[in-house]
Amino acid sequence: MSLATVKSSATKTETPGGSSAPGRVSAGRRRRILPTILGGYLPLVVIVLVVAVPLGWMILSSFKQVSEIITLDLRLLPQRWSFANYTEAFRTAPFGRFFLNSVLVTTIGATVKVLLAIHTAYALVFVRFPAKNVIFVAVLVALMVPPQVAILPNYILIAGMNGLNTYWGIIVPSLGTAFGTFLLRQAFRSLPISMLEAAEVDGAGHLARLWRMVIPVTAPSIATVALVTIVSEWNEYIWPLIITTDPNLMTLPVGLTLLQNNESGPAGYGVMMAGAVIVILPVLAVFAFLQRYIVAGLTAGTASN
Amino acid sequence: MALPNFVLIGAFTYRPLIMNIYYSTLNWTLGSASATIVGFGNYVRFFTSDAAGVVLTTTAIFAVLTVGGSMLLGLLVALALNTKVRGQTLARASVFAPYVLSGVGVGLVWLFIFDPVYGVLAYVLRRFGTESPRWFNDPTLSLVMVIVVYVWKNLGYCAIVYLAGLQSLPADVMEAASLDGASTLRRFWHVSLPLLGPTTLFLLITTILSSLQAFDLIKIMTPTSQGTRTLIYEAYVQGFGAYQRAGYSAAISVILFVFLITLTIVQIAWVDRKVHYS
Repeated sequence: MSLATVKSSATKTETPGGSSAPGRVSAGRRRRILPTILGGYLPLVVIVLVVAVPLGWMILSSFKQVSEIITLDLRLLPQRWSFANYTEAFRTAPFGRFFLNSVLVTTIGATVKVLLAIHTAYALVFVRFPAKNVIFVAVLVALMVPPQVAILPNYILIAGMNGLNTYWGIIVPSLGTAFGTFLLRQAFRSLPISMLEAAEVDGAGHLARLWRMVIPVTAPSIATVALVTIVSEWNEYIWPLIITTDPNLMTLPVGLTLLQNNESGPAGYGVMMAGAVIVILPVLAVFAFLQRYIVAGLTAGTASN
Repeated sequence: MALPNFVLIGAFTYRPLIMNIYYSTLNWTLGSASATIVGFGNYVRFFTSDAAGVVLTTTAIFAVLTVGGSMLLGLLVALALNTKVRGQTLARASVFAPYVLSGVGVGLVWLFIFDPVYGVLAYVLRRFGTESPRWFNDPTLSLVMVIVVYVWKNLGYCAIVYLAGLQSLPADVMEAASLDGASTLRRFWHVSLPLLGPTTLFLLITTILSSLQAFDLIKIMTPTSQGTRTLIYEAYVQGFGAYQRAGYSAAISVILFVFLITLTIVQIAWVDRKVHYS
């Protein structure tokens, strides 16, 4: 049944306006089953497999024992599902601590960034202040400055303020947000001015207007910014890498580097896959449910938007 | 209400740009109390050393192959996704997923896959009767390995942007082309591809920009920077590796920044005018 639906819909897209005699149409449909499967389905299956196989292999390997990792005779499934790699990861490195640090840094960092973005965007759209356009262009240009170029001066500044191996040292330098400001400014600009003017007449201040009117109406855009920010904070690597040397302060990606150094050699692959699962799976889960927002946020500003 | 954000952007985005230029004129070991001013000395040292050739060539090869690879494969994937076949949504989400995953995690997973003895790839090659190349020992192979993984991780972005481009192609033009009896291939080559020009140009610039900033995968997959001394990685290794050459590292960062800002200006001045926002 499902094949029939697929077949007919695919036929429809491939031959627009193909409205000839009924008999010929059904013959045409039959002839198109094979091309539909080859041309329509096969590429999609290949695409999904190319992405899913490495990630699936990561998950399966993380449950295998060392003897099943160091072997020339590969098996797909673990002989006996074992959590040994996970306990080993938590034993050789403070993985629980890495996880908590990542959660903490992501939560605080993303919350502050989103709040800053909301308030900045509101000010840029609805508040009159001098040199507004110049400041907006400066924010726009900051969007283009890669953080990698800024790490050495920021390191020297933060280290000079005794910020090495501190949470604030990890979080503060990346708090300024150009991306969120830019995206929310676009969303806020599309709001009808009359709505806000009515509120102004009612005597509502800027903060009241922002929280009671603007934020509820633009919630999807804010969710987009929040999700993209959370994901990028979680994955952030180069800055936490240089600013932390104490394992107790490391985030997951940095901790994985430590794990990689400790577990060098093929025997460590199982443990490293367990570590990779811990850093990858939460993002994958969030992405699976909210991919529409994340894709929209990450491809914002493209020709298609 | 916007002031904190402006202050933060100023302090941690703009200030470093200026400080980098200042640091790049110093002969200074990171953490050392004394530094001597050497003017353009660090730049001269970089461009006259053997490293410059290696680093600039590696950066160029990495950029060309990752950009070419992810755009070409991205376009092919977009064409495959541009159907109404069931499961298209799943495939679309799948192809984009690696783009949002931690580069460190992804790098570790692929290191295991590429392992010349115990990796899946070696296993498959053995089944076909060949030995796995020694990915970890040969500089060229290491670079190839990182490029393959980078393309795997990033092609989804190109695919989704191209897909959006394909779906916004004017229906009347496409219909006219098919009524004229043009074959699928000819329609793609003579109608779709030229119409996708602005999308291609946009992707070209943005993917070059992100390729020049690639760090996570390179650091994890080639910790000794064997074969992968790109500008960004060289700046990191020189500044935060064994030598802690802050001034020299800053000079390389400034060189990288000049490349990036040039591309950004090209994008703003040229591409944005051609890309149609709708």
